[in-house]
Amino acid sequence: MIAQLTIQERQSALMILGGLALAGLALAVAGGQDLLAAHGWLTVVCALAGLFYVISGYFEPEPSPERLARYYDEPTKAGVVIAMIWAIAGLFVGDWVAWQLVFPDLAFEGAWSSFGRLRPIHTSGVIFGFGGNALIATSFHVMQRATRARLPDQITPWFVLLGYNLFCVIAATGYLMGVTQSKEYAEPEWYADIWLAIVWVTYFLLFLRTLARRQEPHIYVANWYYMAFILLVAVLHVVNNLAVPISFGSAKSYSVFSGVQDAMTQWWYGHNAVAFFLTAGFLGMLYYFLPVRAGRPIYSYRMSIISFWGITFMYMWAGSHHLHFTALPQWVQTLGMTFSVMLLVPSWASASNALMTLNGAWTKVRDDATLRFMTVAAIFYGISTFEGSFMAIRAVNSLSHYTDWTIGHVHAGALGWVAMITFGSIYALVPKLWNLDTMYSGRLVELHFWLALSGTLVYVFAMWNSGIIQGLMWRSYTEAGTLSYSFIDSLVAMHPYYIARAVGGLLFLLGALVGFYNIVMTIRTASAAQDESDAPVLGAAVQAGE
Amino acid sequence: MAVEERDPHSGYLTTGHEWNGIKELNTPVPRVVFVFLALTFAFSLVYWLLMPSFPVGTTYLKGLLGVDQRTAVTEELRRASASRAAWARRIETADYATIRADPNLMGLVRETGRPLFGDNCAVCHGTDAKGGPGFPNLTSGSWLWGGKPEDVARTLQVGINAAHPDTRASQMLAFGRDGMLSREDVDAVAAYVQSLSDRSVSSGPDAASAAAGAKVFASKCVACHGPAAKGSTSIGAPDLTDAFWIYGGDRSSIRASIWGGRQGHMPSWEARLTDLDRKILTLYVLDLGARAP
Repeated sequence: MIAQLTIQERQSALMILGGLALAGLALAVAGGQDLLAAHGWLTVVCALAGLFYVISGYFEPEPSPERLARYYDEPTKAGVVIAMIWAIAGLFVGDWVAWQLVFPDLAFEGAWSSFGRLRPIHTSGVIFGFGGNALIATSFHVMQRATRARLPDQITPWFVLLGYNLFCVIAATGYLMGVTQSKEYAEPEWYADIWLAIVWVTYFLLFLRTLARRQEPHIYVANWYYMAFILLVAVLHVVNNLAVPISFGSAKSYSVFSGVQDAMTQWWYGHNAVAFFLTAGFLGMLYYFLPVRAGRPIYSYRMSIISFWGITFMYMWAGSHHLHFTALPQWVQTLGMTFSVMLLVPSWASASNALMTLNGAWTKVRDDATLRFMTVAAIFYGISTFEGSFMAIRAVNSLSHYTDWTIGHVHAGALGWVAMITFGSIYALVPKLWNLDTMYSGRLVELHFWLALSGTLVYVFAMWNSGIIQGLMWRSYTEAGTLSYSFIDSLVAMHPYYIARAVGGLLFLLGALVGFYNIVMTIRTASAAQDESDAPVLGAAVQAGE
Repeated sequence: MAVEERDPHSGYLTTGHEWNGIKELNTPVPRVVFVFLALTFAFSLVYWLLMPSFPVGTTYLKGLLGVDQRTAVTEELRRASASRAAWARRIETADYATIRADPNLMGLVRETGRPLFGDNCAVCHGTDAKGGPGFPNLTSGSWLWGGKPEDVARTLQVGINAAHPDTRASQMLAFGRDGMLSREDVDAVAAYVQSLSDRSVSSGPDAASAAAGAKVFASKCVACHGPAAKGSTSIGAPDLTDAFWIYGGDRSSIRASIWGGRQGHMPSWEARLTDLDRKILTLYVLDLGARAP
C-alpha cells in the first residue's frame, strides 16, 4: 500500500499520523481519569501503528507514472473487506441483543453486555460500519468510472477511509464503556464528532476534486446521489451534534438544544440520516451497479431527475412525523405528515425506474443471484417507502408508534433494501476489482441470497405481527372504560415473535458469513491473477491524478 | 458529443450520453407519476386547510376545523373519566365489606385491578402476586402489616421504609454481623426458627441445637416476634411459624437473615396512584388471597 504513495504523500502521511498521535496524546493527558483518556490512548495506538507501517515502506520505490492512466482502486478493495467485517460484527451483536429480548439473562456480568450498551453497537455497526464503508468504497469506484477521472491523489482516499473507521471504532468502544450523548444514531460524543466532521469534509472535497476533473460532459445520476449523501450528511451531522463539553478533559457534553427543540433537531437529523445516508447513498449504488449488471440502459432519465429532486426536497420536511402526539406543536406534525405522504411518489418513481430498467433483462434476474439481490432491494425499497409514508399518517401512527411495527419497518428498509443492494453491488464489484470474471462460487452467492431473503421475511413478518398486536393491546379498553391489559401482558404476548425475529436475524447473519467467505476466497484466487485496475472502456484516456 | 441511439428492446431513444457503458433512455415520465403527485399534493392541500399547518410570524394557520391536539386529549380524558364515573363513585363511597359482597362491583375490581396490578405491582410481586425472593407472596394470607382492608390500603398509601413521612418502618437487626450473637448462637436460632414450621428439625440431628436456639430466641427475638414467634403486624415483624417466607425458609436463608438483618422496601403509592386506584388494588389483592387455593 505504501508503495502506491509518492514520496511527498508518504511525508504527508507521516505528518498526519504524527499530528493524530499528538491529538490523541492531548486527549489522553487532558482526560486523566476520565473515559476520554481511553479514547486518547486508543488514538495514539492507532496513529503509532500507522506511523510504523508508513516508515516500514518509506524507502520502497515510488509508483510509476503509468499508474495515472488507470483508476485507483486500492482504497475501494480495502473498503469492501472492512465493510464486510463490520457487517458480521454488527449483525452478530444485533442478533445477540435480539436473543437478549427473548432470554434477558443472555448477558455477562458487568454493564458492558447490557442491552442498552450493545444496541448502539448493533445500529452504528451496521449503519455506519457496514453501510458507511460500503458507501465510501463504492463511491470511490463509481465517482471515477462515471467521471472518467482518476482519484486526484493517493493519500486523500486512504485518509477518508481509515479516518472514518477510526471514528467507528471510537464510537463502538465508547458505547461499551458507557460514553454516549443519548441521541439515537448520533450517540458518539463531541471529540468523535469533531473528528468525523474533519474526515467528512475531506471526503466531500475529494468528491468535488474528482468531479471537477471529469472527462464526461454530464454528471451521471449515481454521482448526484453520492454527492447529496456526502453533502447533506455533513450538514446533518454538524447541526445535530452541536454540543458543549463539560470540560475539555471530559467525554461528556450537553447539546446546545433542549426540550422539544432538541427532539425536533434530533428527528430532523434521524429522518434525514435515513434519507441521505440510507437512501440517497444507496440509490447511487443502485443507479450504477444495476444497469451495469443488467446490461440495460436506465429506463428513464427524466424520471431520475424528478425522483432525485422530489426525494431531496421532500425528505427535509418529514422528520417531525417521528414526534406525532408529542409536545411538538401540531402544525409541525402536520407538515411532517403531509410531506411524508407526497414523498411516496418520487420514492416509488425511483423504485420503478430501477425495476423498469430490468425490462429486457428479466432472464438475467432469474439466473443471476447478484442481479436478483439488486432487484429484491428495489422491491423492498418500494415496500418500505410505502410503509413509511403510511405510518407517517397520524391515525396510523397512533397505532404503530412505540411498537415493534417501527422495528419491522426499519428492518424492511435496512435488511431488504440497504443490505441487499450492498451485497448485490459488492458481488458485482469484487470480481471487477480483482480482475476476475466471476466470484469464487456462484452457488454460494445463490445461498447467501436465499438466506438473506428468508431472514428478512421472517424478521419483518414477526415484527409486523408483534407490533400490531402490541398497538392493539395498548389501546384496548374494558367495558368499564379501563385498560384491558398491563404492559407486561403485551410483553408476554411478544415472546414467540421475539424468538422468530432472532431466528430471522440469525439467517441473515449466516448469509453474511457465507458472503464473507466467498469474497475472501475470490480474493485468494485473484492473488495469482493480474492485479491491476482497469482503464476506461471507450479507449479514451482517463483524467490523470493531480 | 451526444449520439442518440434507439434501444431495440423498448424502442425509445437514449439521451446520447454514456458513462463507462451505462446509457439512459429518454423515456417520458409516465402520466401516472404526475397523477399521483397531483393527488398527494391535493390531499396535503386539503389537510393544510383543515388542520393546523404553516407558521405565520409568531403564530400559525389554525385550520378550518379548529382542531388542537391539546384540547382534544383533554376532552378525551374528561369523557373517559365521565364514562367511568358511575361505577367509580360507588367504589369510592362504599365500604370494603359492601363492595366485597357485591358481585358486580367485584367483577369491576377484578377487571380493572389486574392491569393496574400488572403495571404497578407485578415488577416486584410477580404477575400472579406470589412474590419471589425478597418480595412477599400476597396470596398467602400471611401479612406483615395486617391483612384487613384498611391495613393493606395503609401499606399501599405510605409504603414500607419509604420516603413518605408516615411510612411504615421496620428493620431486623444484623445480629451476627454486628456482634449481638455469636456464630454458634446464630446457628442455634436458625435451627430453632426452622423447627417452628418444620417439625422434623426437632427430632433430627439438630434437635439439641434447636433447643439451645429456643433460649437465645427467648432473650433476643421475642421483643419483635413475640414469645410464640407469631410476629406482630403492628411493627411488621413476620410470623415465623407458618410456611411462608419472604427471604426463603431453608436453613441457610434463615441464617443469612439472622446474620445480616433485613430491611425490606415498598414505595409509597400515595402520589402515584389515585385513591380510587389504590382502593381497587386493595380489594383486588385481598380477592386474590381469598380465591387462592
